[in-house]
Amino acid sequence: MPYIPHTSEERDAMLKAVGVSTLDELFADIAPDLRPKAFLPEEGMTEQEVRNKCERLAGKNAQTLSFLGAGYYDHGIPSAVDALSGQSAFVTAYTPYQAECSQGTLQAIYEFQTAVARLLDMDCANASLYDGGSALFEACTMCVRQARNRKKVVVDEGVNPIWRKMLATYSRNLPMEIVVVPHKNGAPDKEALKAAIDADTAGVVVQNPNFFGVVADYADIFEAAKNAKALSVIAVNPVMQSVLKTPGAMGADIAVAEGQSLGLPLNFGGPYLGLMACKKAMVRQMPGRLVGRTQDKEGRTGYVLTLQAREQHIRRAKATSNICSNQSLCALRSLVHLSLLGPDGLVDVAENSIARAHEVAERLAAIPGVQLLNDQPYANEVALLLPVSASAAVSRCMNSAHHTVPGYPAGRAYQGMENVLIVACTEKQSSASVETLARDLARAIADVRADEAYKARG
Amino acid sequence: MNTPAELKYSKSHEWVRMEGDEAVVGITDYAQDALGDLTYADTLQEGDELTVDGECGSLESVKAASDLFSPVAGKITAVNGELADAPELINSDPYGKGWIYRVKVTEVSPELLDAQAYDAHCASESH
Amino acid sequence: MQTIFEKSVPGRHCKGIGPKPSAKKAKDFLPADLLRAEKPKMPECSELDVVRHFTQLAGRNYSVDANFYPLGSCTMKYNARISEEVAALAGFNRAHPMQALLDNGKSSQGAMQCLYELERSLCAITGMKGFTLQPMAGANGEFTGVSVIAAYHRAKGRDRRIMLIPDAAHGTNPASAAMAGFTVVNIESRDGMVDPSAVKAAIDQYGDQVAGLMMTCPNTLGLMELHLKEIVALLHGIDALLYYDGANMNAILGKMRVGDAGFDVVHLNLHKTFGTPHGGGGPGAGPVGVCERLIPFLPSPRVGKAEDGSYYFLPEDELSIGHIGPFYGSFGVLLKALAYIWRLGGEGLERVAEYAVLNANYLRVQLKDVLDEPFDRLCMHEFVASAPHGMHALDIAKGLLERGMHAPTMYFPLLVHECLMPEPTETESKQTLDEFCELLREIIAHGKEDPAWLEEAPRGLPVSRLDETQAARQMKLTEDL
Repeated sequence: MPYIPHTSEERDAMLKAVGVSTLDELFADIAPDLRPKAFLPEEGMTEQEVRNKCERLAGKNAQTLSFLGAGYYDHGIPSAVDALSGQSAFVTAYTPYQAECSQGTLQAIYEFQTAVARLLDMDCANASLYDGGSALFEACTMCVRQARNRKKVVVDEGVNPIWRKMLATYSRNLPMEIVVVPHKNGAPDKEALKAAIDADTAGVVVQNPNFFGVVADYADIFEAAKNAKALSVIAVNPVMQSVLKTPGAMGADIAVAEGQSLGLPLNFGGPYLGLMACKKAMVRQMPGRLVGRTQDKEGRTGYVLTLQAREQHIRRAKATSNICSNQSLCALRSLVHLSLLGPDGLVDVAENSIARAHEVAERLAAIPGVQLLNDQPYANEVALLLPVSASAAVSRCMNSAHHTVPGYPAGRAYQGMENVLIVACTEKQSSASVETLARDLARAIADVRADEAYKARG
Repeated sequence: MNTPAELKYSKSHEWVRMEGDEAVVGITDYAQDALGDLTYADTLQEGDELTVDGECGSLESVKAASDLFSPVAGKITAVNGELADAPELINSDPYGKGWIYRVKVTEVSPELLDAQAYDAHCASESH
Repeated sequence: MQTIFEKSVPGRHCKGIGPKPSAKKAKDFLPADLLRAEKPKMPECSELDVVRHFTQLAGRNYSVDANFYPLGSCTMKYNARISEEVAALAGFNRAHPMQALLDNGKSSQGAMQCLYELERSLCAITGMKGFTLQPMAGANGEFTGVSVIAAYHRAKGRDRRIMLIPDAAHGTNPASAAMAGFTVVNIESRDGMVDPSAVKAAIDQYGDQVAGLMMTCPNTLGLMELHLKEIVALLHGIDALLYYDGANMNAILGKMRVGDAGFDVVHLNLHKTFGTPHGGGGPGAGPVGVCERLIPFLPSPRVGKAEDGSYYFLPEDELSIGHIGPFYGSFGVLLKALAYIWRLGGEGLERVAEYAVLNANYLRVQLKDVLDEPFDRLCMHEFVASAPHGMHALDIAKGLLERGMHAPTMYFPLLVHECLMPEPTETESKQTLDEFCELLREIIAHGKEDPAWLEEAPRGLPVSRLDETQAARQMKLTEDL
């Protein structure tokens, strides 16, 4: 049998030692009528059969030219990231509960915490959470817990709609009331945000750049929150964070991010990486694992899981969260990625992406009937107003020869924005791919218009 | 185990020392020993109201967390500020420098034990 | 060992590992007050600096690939390389998850088929009728499952706020229940089992406030629950639901299907039972399976198969609890589990349970004379034992580390004094188990003679026992704090 080493002689000797005569006797405690009448009918496959099947399936996923972002970005990954994070001593270790034989994982997490805290410009970071959306929810629970008797969390509508949907799911049965403040043509409505903060507000949540790509300074919102004794949470794009004003500089209490774009492939949805950093005063409210530096008896530096009294295995129903694992290996990937790129490389990635997005905006806005949604500053992602349904244009483009995915049709998540397309760029796109995008989108728009005209004629 | 005769004790291991209409509250030697080296004292604030047997903070060690329950009702008039930086005071001097709250008392739990009864209670718990 | 930040040399840069510098800078597009004041202080290293650092760090870990790792309740089995290989295929790796939502899966048929086949396989393995693959870890699956239970009762117009949880349960159970708004009521064990009379007493006391019961089976003592049918009947008698915590699923593959046994909701830990690597603490995956009547409550989206053989997204049911993860789950992890299931097939999976239980029982009888074993009966895939009188589980654990083996789980469950919980898994050979027993005997004998010697363990590792109290008090969590 695959992965079971016993010879039949060994099996028999072991059965004898245990005092039973067959393997099935070991299951005598399962009542006979609970034994399965059916089970997985398929037979096992050889390695080569599994390889063939998977290669065939992987080949069925179409190669596309994609300008899709929506919080998840196709940035380049240095070759050494796979090689280093793929070392089996990292991959096949468990949670580092036995510190003496887990210093590799523990020191890596400590370094990851340092990298995240520096990138987000906050005092401390945890060992990571599942993804950006769950990190956002956990940040909201921190606000509600810290504020004690307040339950309202004010959330800007420019926060990623996927994460807002997760937030709604996660908070459904908790004493937490989510109040969404509508965006204003893709930009944050700061006056409305301020007006929504009241004496029952535990926290306010914004995103920078927001889902439409708009870059803003939320210092005034955070100041208003502080004056109302509420906490501030900001979700950021970790790559753009190398050039954009930091959560720390804006005065946020908690910063979260989807860490996927720091060295993790898109991978059809995961595994991803939730980043969370906060001010020192909030550290005991943080969910998940934390690694701290200490010493052994000989005075050597070492690392341990610390402040565990917050966690479920000690506090059970009163824990800060039910989270047990972190995304250790994904966190390691992002640390290696950041170490290889260094500060300059990270900025190069961000600036190339930003420059390409501006090239895209200029090129696409030259298509008749297409314009920028608003005049707000943006970074690597930009919202465009098309003369036709963005969904229809996207479908047309995806059926083109290049299988171009021109972006995210905002109407999927925002009512009344059916003609808005959100286009994302990374440093991987070239001027040539921008040209292809422009041609395909122009043709798609023309085709959709022709369709509409045809339909209008009946 | 040190159980000063002049104090009163709750079954949840808090001690009370009455000083006029105020009470000083802490945790017992037995409790600090069971928790081990304390790393953090999460306390309420001056001005907060306590109820008898109500939760009033928690203590953390490396491997455990334990809620505090108030043996008295009343308003907190002082919190031991030194615990924020030195929770180990509770380990080293549970009845002195390791005190936690000073409370203007409106009611004292009727179920408090004297030192002898508390010792017996601890003996029964550790079996 | 220095940190990567301490090794950083200002001005050192691994040119070309990222893109060429952009001709136009951020300041050319964005006003200065929206920009960062200075670059983030990331390490400045050569590629070799980074390679050497993380290679040396890897050398400071124990792992399944290098060490016997009998960590109870964690199922540290061998992680097959073929799973790693197929999960790294570019056709899967590059796929943007949002793309599939834009064309209802048309351009992502390969990945869609993987999701569909994994869901069907997990149904066949557990006897459940539908699965969501979204939960990103075991605890995340628990939260999903109890949220489904909450939604079920809400849909029936009931306000049921109580979740019954046995005292021996993992801490995630009560924590997950609390996150879904439940009040936890503890059920005391008797003879290492969930006691049906305690369940009945709780139901008598709380009646129609009881939403469900969360059970781990075999339980955290490594024992099969003997009163399952009785407990199922009690809960179903008041239309409360039974939750199965799949942490210990490895023990019963092919021997019992939790769906057949009457469980309504189950989560599986793919990183335990289905051989995906633990990664030093994640990523995992915690799919949740449900019985027929709970399918509408599952998170969205899920994949369906059309008559023409193509795959598409099922429309979201209005009863769905919503989104637990951003898309369809930790796809990379799901793929590894699927490859593992394909390799083994139904027969191979049943063998997994048989040999996991054989190995655990073999260890148990071999160690009877050195450890105090509270339950003298067949165990399942793991067992609990107390350190010999006067010795500490912690010291024995550290003694094992010193000799190159990972320690069993210690001090869990709390019900067992000075508890050690070994789980050998099916992938370990008789030779390894014999070596482990021999080593344990040696350590215990030596430690009895010379306790001070054992208290000094482990020696020869990068560090000896670390001062955890200092770590918690000083809170040195980053280089800058």
